Amino acid sequence: MRKLLLVTSAIAVGLIFLVRLFYLQVYNSDSFNILEDTAIRAEYNYPKRGYVYDRNGKLLVANQPSYDVMVIPREVTPLEPSEIKDFCNLLGITAEDYEKKLTKATNYSPRLPSPFVPQLSKADYAVLQEVMWKYEGFYIQKRSMRSYQTDIGANVLGDIGEVGQKEMNKDSYYKLGDLIGKQGVEKSYEDILRGVKGIRFIQKDRFNKNIGPYKNGQYDTLPKPGKDITITIDSELQAYGELLMKHKRGGIVAIEPSSGEILAMVTGPSYNPNLLVGRERNKNFSRLFRDTINMPTYDRGLQAQYPPGSPFKVINALIGLQEGVVDVNDRFSCRMGYYYGSRKLTGCHHHRSPVDMNQGISQSCNAYFVNVYRRIVDKYDDPGVSMNKWAEHAKSFGLGNFLNNDLSVGRPGRIPDGDYYDRAYGDNRWGSTYIVSNAIGQGEVEATPIQLANMAAAIGNRGFYYTPHIIKNIESDTLPSNFTVPKYTTIDKAHFEPVVEGMFDVYNEGTASTLRIPGIEICGKTGTAENFVKIDNVKTQLTDHSIFVAFAPKDNPSIAIAVFVENGYWGSRFAGRMASLMIEKYIKGETTRKDLENWIFTHSLENEYKKPYSGEPFRINGETQLQLIENYALKD
Amino acid sequence: MYRETQRRFQFDWIIILIFLLLVTFGYLNILSASHVGEITSYFDTSQLYGKQLIFVGLSFVLIILILSLEAKFYERFASIIYLVAILALIGLFIFGKDVNGARSWYGIGSMTIQPSEFAKFATALAVAKYISDIQTNMKTLKDQVRVAAIIFIPALLILLQNDAGSTIVYLAFFFVFYREGLQQVYLIVVLSLILLAVLSLKFGVTITSLIAAVVLLSRYFLRKKKRSSIIQYILVLALAIGFSFGVKLFYQHGLKVHQQNRISLWLRLEKDPLKLEQMKKAEAYNLIQSEQAISSGGITGKGFLQGTRTTGKFVPEQETDYIFSTVGEEWGFLGSSFVIILFVALIVRILYLAEAQKSQFSRVYGYGVASILFVHFTINTGMVMGLIPTVGIPLPFFSYGGSGLWGFTILLFIFVKLDSNKINEW
Ligand SMILES: [Zn+2]
Repeated sequence: MRKLLLVTSAIAVGLIFLVRLFYLQVYNSDSFNILEDTAIRAEYNYPKRGYVYDRNGKLLVANQPSYDVMVIPREVTPLEPSEIKDFCNLLGITAEDYEKKLTKATNYSPRLPSPFVPQLSKADYAVLQEVMWKYEGFYIQKRSMRSYQTDIGANVLGDIGEVGQKEMNKDSYYKLGDLIGKQGVEKSYEDILRGVKGIRFIQKDRFNKNIGPYKNGQYDTLPKPGKDITITIDSELQAYGELLMKHKRGGIVAIEPSSGEILAMVTGPSYNPNLLVGRERNKNFSRLFRDTINMPTYDRGLQAQYPPGSPFKVINALIGLQEGVVDVNDRFSCRMGYYYGSRKLTGCHHHRSPVDMNQGISQSCNAYFVNVYRRIVDKYDDPGVSMNKWAEHAKSFGLGNFLNNDLSVGRPGRIPDGDYYDRAYGDNRWGSTYIVSNAIGQGEVEATPIQLANMAAAIGNRGFYYTPHIIKNIESDTLPSNFTVPKYTTIDKAHFEPVVEGMFDVYNEGTASTLRIPGIEICGKTGTAENFVKIDNVKTQLTDHSIFVAFAPKDNPSIAIAVFVENGYWGSRFAGRMASLMIEKYIKGETTRKDLENWIFTHSLENEYKKPYSGEPFRINGETQLQLIENYALKD
Repeated sequence: MYRETQRRFQFDWIIILIFLLLVTFGYLNILSASHVGEITSYFDTSQLYGKQLIFVGLSFVLIILILSLEAKFYERFASIIYLVAILALIGLFIFGKDVNGARSWYGIGSMTIQPSEFAKFATALAVAKYISDIQTNMKTLKDQVRVAAIIFIPALLILLQNDAGSTIVYLAFFFVFYREGLQQVYLIVVLSLILLAVLSLKFGVTITSLIAAVVLLSRYFLRKKKRSSIIQYILVLALAIGFSFGVKLFYQHGLKVHQQNRISLWLRLEKDPLKLEQMKKAEAYNLIQSEQAISSGGITGKGFLQGTRTTGKFVPEQETDYIFSTVGEEWGFLGSSFVIILFVALIVRILYLAEAQKSQFSRVYGYGVASILFVHFTINTGMVMGLIPTVGIPLPFFSYGGSGLWGFTILLFIFVKLDSNKINEW
C-alpha cells in the first residue's frame, strides 16, 4: 500500500489537471474571436459613402472628412488637472464634461472604443492632431460625413447619425460611434451607400503598445467603397415644389406614370438638410423632432392620411362601370344634394341637372356619385359581398395598404370593406345609405398624397401602375423587380376613357377651369377634406384641407401629381394652383403664368395654423380672410 | 567494447525520451514566450531563447558526465555533495545577489547560479544515503528526527533567503519517508492538518471545531476495540481546536499581505466585491492573464509563435513560472494534455523503476526524484491553471533558466545512472 501513495497521487493530479484543462480550453473556451481578444486592436478604415445624384445627374449628397475623438477608457492615463484643462480647451468641452464622458465610455466598455467628442471641424482636427500623443487612450478616428450640395429635399435625402443600441443589436457590423442612415434614402439604401469598412488587426502588448500587424495582416480587409445611387427626384422640380409650399403645410408627390419614379416629394414645413451634419446634428435633430406644432420631420406627402374627398369619386365611377351597374350615359338629377326619401344624405353645390358621368366628374356632383355608389353596394343582396368587391377594386389602385416601396416612412390609408362594416354595425345590419360618404371620398376612406398621386398615375395609364419608388439607378447593380413590373388594376382598360374625359373637363369647364395651362391637356380632380382637432377636449372643426390630384398630358402622361395643403379651404384654391404650376414647370421646364405663381408665393396660411393654439374662438372656411405676405420678393 | 555497448543500452530509454521531449518542447515554448519581433538568430545570446539553447547544450555535457561516472560514486559522495550544497546556500548570505527580493543567486560575470536548484538533488542523495544505512529504522523517532533535520536545514536556509516557493518543495520528502516506513499515523495527521487548515480559513474556528468534535466523538463511539480512553480523544480534539486557532492567527498576523491575498483569492474568502476587485488587481493579474491565455487556446491552440497573448507578453514571467500558459495558448488542449501526460508518465516510470531497484539507496533516491518532480509539477501547473494559490516555482525541464534545467537534469540522470547499474549491484 505504501508503494501506491505517490503513484496514485501523481495519476490523480494528472487527471484533475486534464479535467481542468478541458474545462478551460474546451468547455469554457470562448472560441477564439479576433474582435474579443484584448491582445488585438481592430482599427477601422471607413470607406467613402456612396454619393446621391438626382435623375438628371446633379450631385445632391457628397462627403466630407469627419474626425471623431475616440477613447479606450482602460488605456487612459490619469491626467493632471492642468492637462485636462488644456485638452478640454482643444476639444471645446468643460472639465465636467470630460469626467462625464469618460465615465459614460467606461460604463459602456473599458476596453472598446467609444466616441468621446464626435465630428471635429477640420481646423480643430489640425490643431489636435499635433498634440494627440500627449493623451494616451485617446485617438482620432477618421470617418466620412455628409456634405449636402443642396438645401432642399431633407425629407427625401434623410441623414446619417450615430448608430443606436437597437441597430447595433440587430446587425453586429455596427460598432459604437459608427454612422448609419436614419431617414430618407440614407436609411432605405444604407446597405448600398455604406460600403464595407476595412479592418486592420494590430497586435498589442501588455502595455498596449502596437507591436505590428497581427499575423502579418492576413485577416485584414480593405474597405469597400459605398455605391453611388441616382434617385428619381428631379431636383429642380423638388426645389420649385418646396418654394411653392413655403408658408403652408402640406405635401406634394409627383410621379412619372410610365415608370413609377417619384419626381418630387415635397413636405412643408421642411428644413435644411445641412442642419443634420456635424457637431450640431444632435442639437438640431432634437429641436426638429420636438417641434410638435410644425412637425418638420413628419413627411406630409407620405404620412398625412386623410379622407381624400372628391378625387376619390373617379374610383367610384370606374368601379360602377366595371361592375356594370352604371352606363356612361346614365343621368342622375341633383337637387343641391342627394335625398333619401325626404332625408338629405349629402349636399351639393349649384350646377345644371341632371348630369351624366362626364358632367358628374367635371362638376364634381355629389348626388351623381351617391347614386352610382348605392348601385354598387346594392348590386348583391348582401351589401357585405358588394362592399368586399368594391374594396378589392379600390385597393387595386394601391389604396388602403402600404405601397411596399423604398421610402423609409409611409402610412397604409384605409379602404373599408364589407367585413369592416359588419364589424361596425353587425352582420347585415347596414345598407348603402349608411355609408354613402364613401361615394364622395369622405367617411371611412383615407389615403395619403403619395397614394393619390399613384392613383392618378394608374388612371393616366388606363389601368396599371408601377410601385412608386425613389431609386433610379444603383452603381453596377439592377433595380428590384418590384419596381419594374407593372401592377394592373381590376378595371378594364375600356372603362378609363370616359373617366379620363371627365377629368379633362374638370379643367375645360369644371372646377379647375381657371387653372388651364396653355398647350398642355391636363386631367385632374379637386378635393376638400373636412378636419377636426381637439382643443381642450372639444372636437373643433378647422378650415378644410385643399386637395388636388392630376395627371398630364391626357394621353401618355409624363406626370401624375397629388397636392395636399392643410387648411387650404377648397381644392383649386391652393392645391389646384400648385399642381398646375408643378405640371407646367415639369413639362415645359418653366412657368409662364407669373401672376398665378405670385399668388401662391404671396399667400400664407400661417395665421390659419396659429388659430387652434391661440386660445381664442376662431372662424373657419368661408368666414376667414387670406393672409398676404407683404413685400414679397422672389429670391433668385 | 562489448561491455560498453551493453551498458549503454541498460539506460532507461523511456525516461531519456520523455526528458528529450520535455526539454525540446520547453525550448520551443520559451522561444515563443521570449522572442520580440523577428527571430534573427536562434543563437542570439542577448535573447532568452538563445541563452536557453546554450543551457540545453550544456545540460547534455552534464548528462554525459553524470552517466560516465561510476554509479557507486553518488552513494559514496552523497554526504560530501550535501555538505557542499549546504555551504553554497550559507555562502549566499555573504556573497549572494538579490533578485526580486530573494537572495538566492550567485553572480559570476553575467551568469547567475541559483544553489537552491542544486540543493534538491543533494538533499535527495543525503536522504537516500541516510535511510539506506542498515542501522536506520524509519519507525524510530530518533531516525525520524535526524532525517527530518537533513531536509530541514536546506529548507530553512532557503526560506531565510526569501524563496518560500522552493522551501515548500522539501515537503516532497514526506512521500519518501512514508514509502520507507514512516507510520500511517503521520499520513493521517498530515492530511488532517491540511484539512483543518483549509476548513479553519474557509469556515472559521467554531465550525471547524464542531466538525472535528463530531468526527472524533462519532469515531470514539463507533469504534470496535476500546483501546484508548475518552480523555485521549478529547486531548486530540483540543489540539485540533488549538491548531485551528493557530492557523487563523498565523493567517491574520503571520503572513505578508500578498500571501494573505493569494490564499484569500484561492479559497474565495473575500465577499466584498470592491475589495475583491482590488485584490484581484493587485494579486491575480498574472493568474487571470494566464488563465485567459490558456482558455483562449481552445482545442488545437493558436499555433507555434501565433499566440496573441504570448506575443503581446500579457502573462508576466511567462518564460519562467508561467511557461505552461504558452503551451495552453499556442498548442491548445491537445498540447497541454500531452505535457500533463508526459509528466505523469515520467513520474510513474521513475517510481516503477525505483521499486525494481535492488539497492535501497537507489530506490530511496528514485523516490526522492519522483517526489520532487511531482511537487514541482503539481504546484506549478496547478498555479498556472488557477487551482492552487500562487507559489513561484518552475516547471521542471520547461521553465527558462540554467540552474533550474541543470538541477533537474542532474537530479534525473543520477537516477538514470543508478538504475542502469542495478545488474552490477552484486
Ligand atoms: Zn350635384
